[in-house]
Amino acid sequence: MSNTDIEIVVEDPTAPEANSPQVVSVRVVDVVVSLLLLALAITLGLDNWRAGAGWESTGPQPGYFPFYLSIILGGASLYGLVAAFLSRTEATETFVTRAQLRRVMAVFVPTVLFCLATQYLGLYVASFLLISGFMRLVGKIALWKSLLTAFIFTAAMFVTFDVAFDVIMPKGPLEAALGR
Amino acid sequence: MEAIGLLMHGFAVLLTWKTLLLMMTGLVLGIFVGVLPGLGGPNGVAILLPLTFTMDPTSAIVMLSCIYWGALFGGAITSILFNIPGEAWSVATTFDGYPMAQQGRAAEALTAAFTSSFIGSLVAVMLITFLAPMISSFALKFGPPEFFAVYLLTFCSFVGLGREAKHKTVISMSLGLLLAGIGMDTVSGQLRMTFGSAELLRGVNFLVAVIGLFGISEILLTMEERLALRGHAAGISLRVVLSVWKDLPKYWVTLFRSSFIGCWLGITPGGAIAASFMGYNLAKRFSKDQDSFGKGRIEGVFAPETAAHASGTAALLPMLALGIPGSGTAAILLGGLMVWGLNPGPLLFVEHKDFVWGLIASMYLGNVVGLVLVLTTVPIFASILRVPFAAVAPMIVVSCAIGAFAIQNAMFDIWLMLGFGVVGYVFKKIGIPLAPFTLALVLGNRAEDAFRLSMIGSGGDLKVFWSNGLVGSITTLAIVLLFWPVIDRAFSGVSRMLRPAKA
Repeated sequence: MSNTDIEIVVEDPTAPEANSPQVVSVRVVDVVVSLLLLALAITLGLDNWRAGAGWESTGPQPGYFPFYLSIILGGASLYGLVAAFLSRTEATETFVTRAQLRRVMAVFVPTVLFCLATQYLGLYVASFLLISGFMRLVGKIALWKSLLTAFIFTAAMFVTFDVAFDVIMPKGPLEAALGR
Repeated sequence: MEAIGLLMHGFAVLLTWKTLLLMMTGLVLGIFVGVLPGLGGPNGVAILLPLTFTMDPTSAIVMLSCIYWGALFGGAITSILFNIPGEAWSVATTFDGYPMAQQGRAAEALTAAFTSSFIGSLVAVMLITFLAPMISSFALKFGPPEFFAVYLLTFCSFVGLGREAKHKTVISMSLGLLLAGIGMDTVSGQLRMTFGSAELLRGVNFLVAVIGLFGISEILLTMEERLALRGHAAGISLRVVLSVWKDLPKYWVTLFRSSFIGCWLGITPGGAIAASFMGYNLAKRFSKDQDSFGKGRIEGVFAPETAAHASGTAALLPMLALGIPGSGTAAILLGGLMVWGLNPGPLLFVEHKDFVWGLIASMYLGNVVGLVLVLTTVPIFASILRVPFAAVAPMIVVSCAIGAFAIQNAMFDIWLMLGFGVVGYVFKKIGIPLAPFTLALVLGNRAEDAFRLSMIGSGGDLKVFWSNGLVGSITTLAIVLLFWPVIDRAFSGVSRMLRPAKA
């Protein structure tokens, strides 16, 4: 018997407000991305030209295939640049609102910090800090729940990867102190 | 008949407690991945790939493919109960699935979705069983020009038949091909596009790119939106299951048509998204009561789910037979095969029979076990959505980092993953498709090698791609598909011009 009268409800206390102002339009981002891709195509094209984009007695030189791909990428980016300038819909379309950007940054910045921490403190300490910090500061979840969840998850990852499957992860001073 | 004998051998390889346990683990992880917002089939498989590094190839691929089946099943749960399509191909399922849940028929809708997923996959697996060995034995006669022509056909059909702006597909594909070329040139040993960086000597591993493009970017996108959920809880009883199954013969035409569409679009790189919409639209068009679609009609669940799953499964056919994946997830599975030193393509059927037939047998068994598992555990998996996203998001980030690091034991890859996460986020928002990028990244080196060998053989003459009937037809078809939108427009224009003349 189906049990559809029971609802699952998950509220989001940090939801972005609907009327938040636009930070940037799709057109602006499309233009910037097209310019960046064009610059990348030129850079890679020049590097492949240097590596040799022609023919020698043994066949095509190392840069032959990627050189022509750079030209295709450059051409498509140039077309994209013109198309973005001419597009009326892209000009009015919102790429991101201020509230959305704040939320994206709320996950992106901790992820960058997590990568940095992984480099210096090891993956397990960094993941404990990321999960507990994110749950507490962004999700406003109770401190004990945040710490317990982070500990259980990190321990489970350690047992799964380092112990059971022998996949070695980046370690830091804590693991060194514990002899791992 | 030979295929059936080999398949039985595959079952014999597979039926060990260890493999069955891995299969169950894979399915549970897969359903979990399918249900969780911000994860899905491709990234689920990519993130969990390191778990399989210490396994033998057969066990590893069985577990990975079961994660894939599980994710396919899991996507339907959120679509029907929460009106949130876990994957793009589940969008069409929400049209009738969610209204059914609102009417108190959630169990019926879920049973229909899981059953049709099973039927679609089963038809595609049967196709793989009988067709893949034939295609691979035919492909054994291929030389470098034929292989390059097939790669070209894959790339061109993505551009010509894709729904996205053509120049954006070209950007995505050429960028993927270029990134695949970074590092040491396999023929001359010369360095390309490394700009003096020691880290880039290894090249860009496509799994790292995939984890960033799909995993991290999806977290950023999911975070951007409101994360409040309101949906229906559901449990499925045997009575509901039997009543849906009893009515199945009534819908055989829909199931057959959707399976056919799915298999077709899976083998050609049309993809599961196109298949699910086409399955739904055709079911509606051929229905006597078109107005009832979108209001909770069970056929509206059967059609897209059958087509999407037939497509997702059939995408493995070209991967196994030719070494050319038909979808993003198939490309990741192909990457997995390469990690274990297996070379996907026609020789796989000759050199690694145990592996191939074990995998095909696991597709049958994985689907049966998966169906039973989802039908019995829906309430548990639906309740996963009660877990706040603020707890899920950092766990996914950590899993992504573990996956990215484990592939080459390189810290640089974690940073690379983050970079690809930003690229994926921006690309998705401005409409640059990611599937062609993944495909190009995984096939780039093989395509370049095939091209170079062809050119060396012909002394630089491009006519080598029309040197015999087979390669000539494939190359010509590739060019026709590349310019298909132009050809289609021209035909439409001519027929419009002729119409008033007739009148």
